[in-house]
Amino acid sequence: MIDLPFIWAALIAFAVLAYVLFDGFDLGIGILFPCFAAERERDQAMTSVAPVWDGNETWLVLGGGGLMAAFPLAYAVALPALYAPITAMLLGLIFRGVAFEFRFRSTRRKFLWDWAFAGGSTLAAFAQGIALGALVQGVPVEGRAYAGGWWDWLTWFSLLTGVALLIGYGLLGATWLIWKTSGALQQKAFSLAFSTGVGTLALIALVSLIMPFLDPIFRQRWFTWPNIAYAAPVPILVAISLRAYLGSRQALGTRAVPGRRRPLCPLLCRARH
Amino acid sequence: MEPFDALTLARLQFAFTISFHIIFPAFTIGLASYLAVLEGLWLITGRAVFLAVFNYWKKIFAISFGMGVVSGIVMSYQFGTNWSVFADKTGPILGPLLGYEVMSAFFLEAGFLGVMLFGMDRVGKGLHCFATVMVAGGTLLSAFWILAANSWMQTPTGYASNAAGQFVPADWWAVIFNPSFPYRLVHMVLAAYLTTAFVVGGVGALHLLADRRNESARLMFSMAMWMAALVAPLQVVAGDLHGLNTLQHQPAKIAAMEGHWETRAGQPLILFGWPSMAAETTRYAVELPKLGSLILTHDVNGTVKGLKAWPPQERPNATIVFWSFRIMVGVGVLMLLAGAWSLLQRYRRQLIGSTALLRFAVLMSPAGFIAVLAGWITTEVGRQPYTVYGLLRTAQSHSPIDAAAVGASLLAFIAVYLAAFGAGAFYMLRLMLQAPQLDEPDIEKGLPQRAAGITPASALADVAAARQK
Repeated sequence: MIDLPFIWAALIAFAVLAYVLFDGFDLGIGILFPCFAAERERDQAMTSVAPVWDGNETWLVLGGGGLMAAFPLAYAVALPALYAPITAMLLGLIFRGVAFEFRFRSTRRKFLWDWAFAGGSTLAAFAQGIALGALVQGVPVEGRAYAGGWWDWLTWFSLLTGVALLIGYGLLGATWLIWKTSGALQQKAFSLAFSTGVGTLALIALVSLIMPFLDPIFRQRWFTWPNIAYAAPVPILVAISLRAYLGSRQALGTRAVPGRRRPLCPLLCRARH
Repeated sequence: MEPFDALTLARLQFAFTISFHIIFPAFTIGLASYLAVLEGLWLITGRAVFLAVFNYWKKIFAISFGMGVVSGIVMSYQFGTNWSVFADKTGPILGPLLGYEVMSAFFLEAGFLGVMLFGMDRVGKGLHCFATVMVAGGTLLSAFWILAANSWMQTPTGYASNAAGQFVPADWWAVIFNPSFPYRLVHMVLAAYLTTAFVVGGVGALHLLADRRNESARLMFSMAMWMAALVAPLQVVAGDLHGLNTLQHQPAKIAAMEGHWETRAGQPLILFGWPSMAAETTRYAVELPKLGSLILTHDVNGTVKGLKAWPPQERPNATIVFWSFRIMVGVGVLMLLAGAWSLLQRYRRQLIGSTALLRFAVLMSPAGFIAVLAGWITTEVGRQPYTVYGLLRTAQSHSPIDAAAVGASLLAFIAVYLAAFGAGAFYMLRLMLQAPQLDEPDIEKGLPQRAAGITPASALADVAAARQK
């Protein structure tokens, strides 16, 4: 069962996971950007991810490159099917990326780069969520090529997954800021983490409820033995993370005084002082 | 071919996005090596001016590198969106080559870039210099893999075909070291070095025109002119060898570059003219008899094929290729001239004494970009109508996507690129217009630059510094 395609699939899955986690909080900060007070809070938020966003985005190149190298047919079918969302994502990422370069170099046009950063991050994240939904709902294939139209990706389901990813990334961004900042911005991040957390949970539940009705294959894969053994850990892990999240939020919320927080990760906090 | 069918729009989109992209690597490959040389010289001699010039160009390098990364991501997805049939058929060969580029080169570049940009105070001079050398090596390694992939498309070897009609690797050595690869690699790396040399030389000259005593500007100008004097002639030799290699493997491209239609012994060298695809002739030709054969076959009576040796649907567009080739060669001749002129001035012991040479150098600062773009247009249009030469036609490579979708995304890319990279060019030019100082500051402290993020220690220290403010 463990052959070369399996290893490659695992590698690509890992690249996608790493991308969602790492660039997720970068994009999340962009999504939440309009909630922060101009200049000071925004500077602080952007500074916290400025040195890492580029490396985080590299996972996306690795995922796309890996797909083309190992599964060229899947790459050749999926990308035309996701033509508009992928294009929108790339354009969003361009704005997001150059905003990091230029925002600190300009004064008069700073507000423009604020918008480029927030708009680019939001567009990229929304497009990624739509792409995910479009793949889950399935694409028509004929021979070795995509056989649908160029608006097929647009359904209420893909829009829902788009919104879900926006809010999920927002949660990652908010928790990153709780970890990395202090003062007013951190307080704001606490309340944002609560609302996005509730939203993420609700949307996870909603999407999970819809999927079995989308295609019988999901019912079969989720609810029959032995597949259920692979699928069941997911809701269990969600429940465990929810418990941990609520607990840590309570604990941190009462001690949100700068300098008194306990390091969450010794390796990364070492360099902070 | 309809003027705006999906295929034409997809080709336009690829041409547009890759032309924008190549500008940045063409500059950063040379600039990374230049930075490594400057830092090495600083470590050896201890002269402050080397560090000052290093710090000056480092800031510009950071912006250019960032824009290269951002525009490069578009390229890696465009194979799938617009050229899915091509991606399916060539994926088993080109996928790994592009994958190696990401794995070995990009991670190497990006990993050490953080140290190079922010680490001078943190890792010590020797290690910092090592990081700079690694960044320079990474850019060259990137060029290696990308040019291997492109060269395989031009002169495919080492492949087999499978039942699904895909190209699959039979011999990786033959795939990577395909016949045109060594020539293309040398030609492109030298081009990148010349591009950087003329930008650096132009900026040095600009500030010398304002103040001849600016020591940093003198160093930039002098080093750049040495590069021009030494590398421009080398590039002529490399270009000639590359041309002979092309004649052997892609004779139709050479015929289009030369504007030759008839196959004959003793071909003339057409200096100027207007090759007409419809009339199958080169109009208004100004030609030197027999010289074409002499250059291409090294024999005045050598036989050289003309475009009529191929059926019309097999011919590349000679009007474009003929002129893009002449623009490239013309710029090359001006580069040779600049190098020779600087040698003459050096011999007279007044390199910076000639205002005319300084002005010429300022005018020549974008020369490398023009030559690189013209050269790539020559080789890419010249290998049409194929994506994989002789095996896979361009018309059979593109995605089953409506013209409306390709057209809409093309317009979006044009608008976004002009806005985003226009702003980038503006910020880079603004940095270049500032006169270099002897106590040139390191990258602004506390000012969070973008940087490759996989160096968490230095990155987080910056965050900490910003937080403490």
